[in-house]
Amino acid sequence: MIWNHGKAILEAILLASPEPLSVKRIAEVIGLDEKDARILVDDLKKEYSQPGRGLLLQELAGGYVLTTRPEYGEYVEKLLAPKGKGLSHAALETLAIVAYRQPITKAEIEGVRGVKVDRSIETLLERGLIREVGRKDGPGRPILYGTTKDFLTYFGLKDLSDLPPLTVDTSDAQLILRGREVSAALQPDEVAAAAEHEGAAEPKE
Amino acid sequence: MSKQEIGIPRTESYTVRLEVFEGPLDLLLHLIRREEMNIYDIPIARITEQYLEIIRDLSALDIDRASEFLVMAATLLGIKSRMLLPKPPKVEAEEVSLDEGEDPREELVRQLVAYSQYKEAAQSLREKEALMSKVWTRQLFLEQPEGPVPLQGLSLKDLVKAFEEVLKEEWSWREVPREEIPLREKIREITFRIARSPAGVRFRDLFSRGGTRLEIVVTFLALLELMRSRKAIAVQTGTFGDIIIRRPPPAENTRTGDSEADEDDEDEQESQP
Repeated sequence: MIWNHGKAILEAILLASPEPLSVKRIAEVIGLDEKDARILVDDLKKEYSQPGRGLLLQELAGGYVLTTRPEYGEYVEKLLAPKGKGLSHAALETLAIVAYRQPITKAEIEGVRGVKVDRSIETLLERGLIREVGRKDGPGRPILYGTTKDFLTYFGLKDLSDLPPLTVDTSDAQLILRGREVSAALQPDEVAAAAEHEGAAEPKE
Repeated sequence: MSKQEIGIPRTESYTVRLEVFEGPLDLLLHLIRREEMNIYDIPIARITEQYLEIIRDLSALDIDRASEFLVMAATLLGIKSRMLLPKPPKVEAEEVSLDEGEDPREELVRQLVAYSQYKEAAQSLREKEALMSKVWTRQLFLEQPEGPVPLQGLSLKDLVKAFEEVLKEEWSWREVPREEIPLREKIREITFRIARSPAGVRFRDLFSRGGTRLEIVVTFLALLELMRSRKAIAVQTGTFGDIIIRRPPPAENTRTGDSEADEDDEDEQESQP
């Protein structure tokens, strides 16, 4: 088939699809093998990334979607009204823990955060960013939570492996020794910098 | 060397508002950073002293949050006292690194390191959220009504439970309803009523006495539809208070475009069926 023809078809089905389109699905619909479908997608993606276009082809939540360009966000906002407020710090922290440690129970999340998370859980459930994925064996059979597909879309992630990796493995039995070795190797003023790095973000305003 | 170590008393009074911290771990991380402590070798006495100083006034917090800070205070004091005790004699032939096993700070350090990582992760999620806030996809057009969640002070489960209570009351059981009760009628009705009463209408009062069971089910569906399209919110103050249904605050009263309820905005003159 003529390549440009394929690109045009891809464009059409991308707009038409209510769900992110996987390479497999694209291959099926257009009638190509997956390798060619992938090349087709990359080609169209390049075209969209040229200046003067209003859309982007992005990989989100397990497939490809057409999105508006952030530069023109203000106009889309005018059209549709702004998106709702972002999540609170508490909800984001809870969500981060669920994302990295799923499936996880409420009690386990509270163990990590050191505070109660009922309200955050409720908010995240209502926003469709987390869901119940089962129950943990043991007393009380507590509910296990995991993230949803909407979570991926909301943060613009391809899939869970797209989450930025955590740097320290806190289940490491030698955690403290290793940490001290690292800090001992640094100069005194770098120890402060390392501590800063560990101590991470500012408290919320 | 900080002023503490040289023995000079602090001259600046440092006002810290406890509410800005997400919890005791957040506060501890702040202290570690501020005092330039090594998280893997925390000076327990110093951090405990500063922590206790900061949490002296818990009056701005609600009881749950205050108790979380107190639990951590107790934990810190416990660690501090364990560190002051003489170490037990080392047992021969133990494979475990005794240094780790004996360090009473270990669990706290683990917790702090883990928490600080998730805090960082939350920050990068925040950045991604900000990026995506300027981007729309077709999937989002269809699924996300703009505006805050239409439940305040209660969960969807609570609302359903309240509806179950209503169902339990006596309703006339007509096999064949006298007339059809279209959803849009009920949507119109509820919209009208909450427009008329800015303070809101009691959930219970949405369901008219003497109605049929079908009618109350349709009424509930109408309410859910209005909540879905952000034209109504349910509010409950206090665990056993009344549930009130009212219009969302004006700033968030945005159009979503595709719900049936849209056409009803003009029909506020219509009398109730």
